[in-house]
Amino acid sequence: MKFARKRVTAFAAVAVAAALVLTGCADTGTGSGGDGGGAEGGSDNLAITFLPKNLGNPYFDTSSKGGKTAVEELGGTFAEVGPAEATPDAQVSYINTATQQGVGALVVSANDPKAICDALNEARDAGVKVVTFDSDTNPDCRDLFINQADSEGIAKVQVDLIADQIGGAGEIAVLSASANATNQNAWIALMEEYLASDYPDITLVETVYGDDDDQTSFDKTAALLQTHPNLKGIISPTTVGIAAAARYLSTSDYKGTVALTGLGTPNQMREYVEDGTVTAFALWNPEELGYLSAYAAAALIQGDITGAEGDTFEAGELGEYTVGADGTVLLGDPFEFNAENIGDFDF
Amino acid sequence: MTTTTSIRRSGLGKAIGGVGRAREFGILIALALVVIAATAKNPNFLFSADGWRDLLLTPSILVLVAVGQAIVIITRNVDLSVGSVMGLTAYLTGRLFIDIPGIPIIVVVIAAVVFGALLGLVNGALVAFAKVPAMVITLGTLYAYRGINVLWAGSDRVNASDMPKDFLALGTAQLIGIPVLAIVALIVLAIAAWYMRNTRAGREYYAIGSDPAAAELYGLKVTRRLLTAFVLSGALAGLAGVFYAARYGSVSSQAGAGWELDAVGAAVIGGIAITGGVGSVWGAAIGAMLLMTINRALPILGIQDFWQRAVVGALIIGAIVLDRLLAVRQKRRLIEARDES
Amino acid sequence: MTATTATATTRVIREHDRPLWQRLLLTREMAIIALLIVVIVVAMTTVKGFAQPITLNYLLLDVAPILLIALPMALIMVTGEIDLSVGSMVGLASVVTGVLTQAGAPFEVAALAALAVGVVGGAVNGFLVTVVGLPSLAVTIGTLALFRGLAVGLLGTTAVTDFPEMWTALAKAKIAGTTIPYITVPFLILLVVFVVLLHFTPFGRGIYAIGLSKDAARFSGVHVERTKFILFVLAGVVAAFAGIFFTLRFGSARGDNATGLELQVIAAVVLGGVSVFGGRGQLHGVVAAVLLIGVLSSALRLANVTSDVINIITGGLLVASVVAASLLAWAQRLRAKAGPPLRSAAASTP
Repeated sequence: MKFARKRVTAFAAVAVAAALVLTGCADTGTGSGGDGGGAEGGSDNLAITFLPKNLGNPYFDTSSKGGKTAVEELGGTFAEVGPAEATPDAQVSYINTATQQGVGALVVSANDPKAICDALNEARDAGVKVVTFDSDTNPDCRDLFINQADSEGIAKVQVDLIADQIGGAGEIAVLSASANATNQNAWIALMEEYLASDYPDITLVETVYGDDDDQTSFDKTAALLQTHPNLKGIISPTTVGIAAAARYLSTSDYKGTVALTGLGTPNQMREYVEDGTVTAFALWNPEELGYLSAYAAAALIQGDITGAEGDTFEAGELGEYTVGADGTVLLGDPFEFNAENIGDFDF
Repeated sequence: MTTTTSIRRSGLGKAIGGVGRAREFGILIALALVVIAATAKNPNFLFSADGWRDLLLTPSILVLVAVGQAIVIITRNVDLSVGSVMGLTAYLTGRLFIDIPGIPIIVVVIAAVVFGALLGLVNGALVAFAKVPAMVITLGTLYAYRGINVLWAGSDRVNASDMPKDFLALGTAQLIGIPVLAIVALIVLAIAAWYMRNTRAGREYYAIGSDPAAAELYGLKVTRRLLTAFVLSGALAGLAGVFYAARYGSVSSQAGAGWELDAVGAAVIGGIAITGGVGSVWGAAIGAMLLMTINRALPILGIQDFWQRAVVGALIIGAIVLDRLLAVRQKRRLIEARDES
Repeated sequence: MTATTATATTRVIREHDRPLWQRLLLTREMAIIALLIVVIVVAMTTVKGFAQPITLNYLLLDVAPILLIALPMALIMVTGEIDLSVGSMVGLASVVTGVLTQAGAPFEVAALAALAVGVVGGAVNGFLVTVVGLPSLAVTIGTLALFRGLAVGLLGTTAVTDFPEMWTALAKAKIAGTTIPYITVPFLILLVVFVVLLHFTPFGRGIYAIGLSKDAARFSGVHVERTKFILFVLAGVVAAFAGIFFTLRFGSARGDNATGLELQVIAAVVLGGVSVFGGRGQLHGVVAAVLLIGVLSSALRLANVTSDVINIITGGLLVASVVAASLLAWAQRLRAKAGPPLRSAAASTP
């Protein structure tokens, strides 16, 4: 009886395995090649999927809004997917799904320069165009990188702001996002160089990582202030970090004595500028960034450009853009927000 | 002729009582040591206004969850869904403030507690009526509640600007130098401790945890008590959710993720035996304070706070090994006493 | 008056209380397998993009760590214990691999070191449960925190992403001509080993015996402590192996890799018919359950259903399956109370 039962279940198991294998071996023509368009010529599969570092992040909510506007102007289909936590391995699953779905292009802000490369290249082999924005990967796994501003410019504006606010000397710390984020590490490295060359009296005592998570950033700010009693300033080059740090500072004893600056969105920072916790901070327009990225992706899909240096394409209301070295497209310059102009913006 | 055997309970009883009480004192001493060490390194840890406030405020949320968890564990069950319940009620708090402008804070608090209690009731019903192991049920509800939370919230988050100022002020307000949230947590803790120690219901939890079969045979209303235990756990997690929203001011769909293991850890460190029937809610509360204080003290002591989890893990293992040693010793003493008398 | 001696009422006692077909097909495991087939068919016909070669590849790659760890976990749960630290062990093995690779060691050495860490971790669990006599739930909650803490402590929140091309490619390579990834081979080997261990050796029978009654097993000569210890070590090693695979597949070693994996494994194991109380469970049910959850997740993701709904479904499935099992058991108890049916051999009427 025991063996009979096992035999039946064994047959059933074989049946299941066969079903799976048949799925695997069946070629219904929607596999590689797909309708994502080959490298030669263009296609009109304008299904563009945005994959930010994580969801629930107001910065990326804004950039996706811009992307959605652009895709709808172009008559395509917009989708936004992403993990809850800003980790590299979480993004791989979404890239795989996009490959399976045969989308026209994937617009990614990478959590790590190398970890998602294999998945991205697999997508490109299947005909999906890959555009990175905000945070790049290694250049050989993507077709284009839309950079919001020149990295040196971003680093310089934040260091200048903090130096101005603490009087050119003292201890500062950096509250970053996740430890592997390409853009964060690039900016922090440039900040350190700039500090060494132009502000020798300012010491960067510690860099902590808030992982673009609100509660973690909040707690890390508290820890920073506890551990370094002589801290005079904090730079947070991430919108989640600066918002959390501002919130902690505004209810603590250090409000007004410890300066805070970095990259933040006007809507999140408005009340802290108005109550004096923050004097000035910088950013660009994430909505324009998303808008431009979507247009770039569409241009790639339709075969108008290939990502080579010197290619030009139209980006709707933003006008014409040219591809620079290493497949990079620059949006513009960082913009400084302060008490005078913060009422003028809504994002 | 009657022989009177004097039961040498006084000495033994005191010893056993001492063993129980020793545990709470032990953790209290550990907590004091941690605070002293951190303060020695950086006086701001304790002696600044921020430091004192954070010392009491940050653990208050975990204390609530740990007390609820303690009650459940004492009945020989476990509630793994408290983190998700906390997240859901925190989000509910935010949503109520956004959707119903001008709603009184007390109404929101009551709504959150009731909501948490309902979620706990689901767990309790499945455990008590379907006789399904609590670990599995609460594992399932952990997933399900978190999923509902994310579905409801989408990628929105509740921001500090969405909630009324006086609610957020509650998060940091102080009364005679002690944060309001800490005072509320202390009151809840005192009520819970009195309930567990001095009421019949409370004693029955211990009985059920020590030997469920005997409790059933003895005629205790096991089903009702189990239901109540889970409802309490859910309600306390609901209150913790409100605290979370007030303290952090920003609620995403991931709020409270991972708190269930911290709560169980706090209870275990605080002397609650995972097999049930032993421990007090005071111990769980002190355990919660110890855990959260270590979190904050490590960076000051120069240990990268990345090692915090490892320290907590070592503490939990140490706590249960200690429990085991004490239990073995107690059993030996009881056998000796029985043989001698 | 008729003579009643000639036709005495004979009481027929059947060998089993239900016919063969019921015993074969109405098992928990078959229900899961049937559900799996149904879900696959539905997905293939209704979800765009599911019925392609690459789906199987991604599905197996995604599900491989859970598949691997579910095997020893099922055995541990049959003995009535549990191991919540497997997810953290995956993370720790991943970090060890990463740290050593970053320090310049050849990958083979790093991987072997990770496996060794798995053995040690499993042994710690085993020691605390069998020698010190602590309940496995508490111990493994502690080691869950400890291993995860060591992983995060060693690497912080940085990820090591520089692994030799050869190895990351191998992790994702497909068996020639098909889209089935190579990891299926080690899994199948492990599956055969575990099936043989569980059903064809005294060791395996001992596992069931321990789950049903620890003391009875001990009196029957089963080495209870040794069996449990070996199972925990096995779980540690397999988790470490899954950790190495995870690292290579995602090309990233990070302290918080595979957080929450243990819950996914337990959910699948319980769904597959293993009772939390111990003494019951079959490996084919477990494998089917893991695949079921994997197929569901994959199909739903392709249909652009967000992962939270997938979580709700997983949680709901878990609760429903356990409640259903409990109800079935209760119904069986009621039927057992009624007693075996009496059938008279002769319908004699006076």
